Amino acid sequence: MDVLLLSRIQFALTTSFHYLFPPLSIGLGLLLVIIEAVWLKTRNPLYHQMARFWTRVFALTFAIGVATGLVLEFEFGTNWATYSRFVGDVFGSPLAAEGIFAFFLESGFLAVLLFGWDRVSPRLHFFSTCMVCLGAHFSAVWIVVANSWMQTPAGFHIVGEGLRARAEITDFWQMVFNPSAVDRLSHVLCGAWQAGAFLVVSVSAWYLLKKRHTEFARASLRIGLLTGLAASLLQLATGHSSAAGVARNQPAKLAAFEGLYDTMPRAPLTLFGWVDERAEVVRGGVAIPGLLSILSYGDIHHPVQGLREFKPEDRPPVNLSFQFYHIMVGVGVGMIALAGLGCWYFWRGSLPGQRWLLWLLTLSVLGPLLANQTGWFAAEVGRQPWLVYGLLRTSDGLSAVVRANTVLTSILLFSAVYLLLFAVFVYLLHSKIQHGPDAADLTPAGKLARPPRAN
Amino acid sequence: MSGAGLDLNVVWFALVGVLFTGYAVLDGFDLGVGALHLFTRTDEERRVMINTIGPVWDGNEVWLVTGGGALFAAFPNVYATVFSGFYLALVLLLLALIFRAVAIEFRSKQPMRWWRQMWDFGFSAGSLAACLLLGVAIGNIAWGIPIDARGEFAGTFWGLLHPYALLLGVTAVAVFMTHGALYALMKTEGALHDKLRRWSKRCFILLAVCSVAATLATLFCVPHLAARARANPWLFGLVLVNLLAIANIRREVQRGRDGRAFLSSSIGIMALMGLFALGMFPNLLWSHPDPAHNLTIYNAASSPRTLGIMLTIAAIGMPLVLAYTAFIYWIFRGKVRLDRASY
Repeated sequence: MDVLLLSRIQFALTTSFHYLFPPLSIGLGLLLVIIEAVWLKTRNPLYHQMARFWTRVFALTFAIGVATGLVLEFEFGTNWATYSRFVGDVFGSPLAAEGIFAFFLESGFLAVLLFGWDRVSPRLHFFSTCMVCLGAHFSAVWIVVANSWMQTPAGFHIVGEGLRARAEITDFWQMVFNPSAVDRLSHVLCGAWQAGAFLVVSVSAWYLLKKRHTEFARASLRIGLLTGLAASLLQLATGHSSAAGVARNQPAKLAAFEGLYDTMPRAPLTLFGWVDERAEVVRGGVAIPGLLSILSYGDIHHPVQGLREFKPEDRPPVNLSFQFYHIMVGVGVGMIALAGLGCWYFWRGSLPGQRWLLWLLTLSVLGPLLANQTGWFAAEVGRQPWLVYGLLRTSDGLSAVVRANTVLTSILLFSAVYLLLFAVFVYLLHSKIQHGPDAADLTPAGKLARPPRAN
Repeated sequence: MSGAGLDLNVVWFALVGVLFTGYAVLDGFDLGVGALHLFTRTDEERRVMINTIGPVWDGNEVWLVTGGGALFAAFPNVYATVFSGFYLALVLLLLALIFRAVAIEFRSKQPMRWWRQMWDFGFSAGSLAACLLLGVAIGNIAWGIPIDARGEFAGTFWGLLHPYALLLGVTAVAVFMTHGALYALMKTEGALHDKLRRWSKRCFILLAVCSVAATLATLFCVPHLAARARANPWLFGLVLVNLLAIANIRREVQRGRDGRAFLSSSIGIMALMGLFALGMFPNLLWSHPDPAHNLTIYNAASSPRTLGIMLTIAAIGMPLVLAYTAFIYWIFRGKVRLDRASY
């Protein structure tokens, strides 16, 4: 295998493994803020117990997220040195800003969140939890800004020629608010909130199924389901505006998402199917006529560009983009239905009797994880053959001095270590869930032992 | 190049230096605690060791991440050349850092003996390997690496393991182990404290030998750094500061002033990084054997506009970072007490 393919495999592998964890930390971070706020407000020790339990789960996801994220900070240099030289002037600053504004904030206050329960006042602890959550969100901001610039570059000009050519910044805020940044950021954050919320839902539903820790589970479920429903509905809106943005800014990518070859008004929205790339048709598909034009441009007569407008070497892998995109959309719609059903039965009080639904809810965390992964696969595969859209091809971004067997060695090393980490993560998460919330946490001690507020 | 009489390239050379020095001083001690970890015997001692760095190691490591990001933004050519050139060495460093990071988190999660021993080993071996690899990397950058006319690394992985680089690797282990022992000394009491005192003295002997050897090797075997020192004799002042700071460690430990001993060690590390930076300036990578291909703060830098933007980011961000770093260290000041939230 050649260096290009191996380097792409390595980046895909390390990034997607890493990205199992940050959405959980971001989402759980938000839920921790909510839970602790409720605790401070009501002084109900149940919420203290919840905060302690979910903090322990948070710590686990955070640790692996940090450890695997370290690799990514350096991987642009190791495998994509030519890319790094080409974009460093533009792309480096969001990365550095992420370190300065996000990681320091997150990791500093994490110490108080994890170890400060008995050392600081409840208010200061709550403040720290908010800062950790904010830091996690900031890191999403800067990394999505950086990635969005690769999708829709703005605020730069090209200086020099041939091998010496590079992108230099002309307007920092134009780079930050590049055409796809805001849509994609809100889409990513909603996906992260869904991941955190449905993790809480999953574990709580499991407890209800097993009739364990029922009071804890019900309180967690209420917060999880509400956040999950809100994030899932919001996701519909951000998903829509992201897709409309793709239609405007990266038409070849949208055409690939939809398997659309001919430019046409009244373009159909394909619900599912299999793209035969050789014959350039979608097989076995079901499509709704005109809907793609409406969704992309709000006008059924507006033509949508098809793939034949683009030279074959400028098209992304069509079927792969198509399938990833459709899995993401399908799962996204499913999450809305599931959260809606969950809320409906929960507030009617009959959820514990609906075992089929509890089983579905127990598995629900897999939904956002799958959608987050396939969404990014669609976004990145759909960007091909470009590394920076329209500017630098993926094949031109490689490191000049790195050989195939070196990359292969590193892939094998990373795979072995990541497999081990994943096994340990699942094992520890499982044993934490089995262990359940700590009864001792129902009687806060030390600085937390405040008398219940008199009403 | 200059906005208001300010050479941004020089400023960023200094700032990247500050970030990596911050990393060496801060993560240096928690790497050192990790390297010493396996010398402790009981589970309680090992828990105390991990909890001395428990609340802070994660933040300390961010200095490396941010240093990497700043290097990418300010000097992308150096970032690209070094990390693609040191590919396997860097992958090994990352794996070492991953192992120690997760080991800290995982160890306390299960009570089984084999479980804890496995992560004890991961924590310690990862920390030790990270110290060694960081030292070897610094050694190579000081010595010079083969760079071709395109600015690309032209050497091999095994070529990085020459005697001078290995000497600096061992020196880094000695520096960080001493530093870690002194930090742990401040945070512990009782029998473990006494043990650490003995270990810190042994580490000190290794450190003293390595420092002298590394200083002599640099003066006699690395021509470009030696020439820099001969041309600027005041640099020997900094060498003296470094050696005095190291000597003072022993004196303070002897008098039981752990805090001052740690401070001396920190000053020693800063003096070392300062010497390294001033010896290299304005080069970021010395090309060996052909200095015509050196990567400097001018030919490897981003545009003045980017450097200016980054300076604004740093000016807003760094005071905040320093403020809450100080705040966190203050909250977790004093000797380690194990409680339910501890590792």
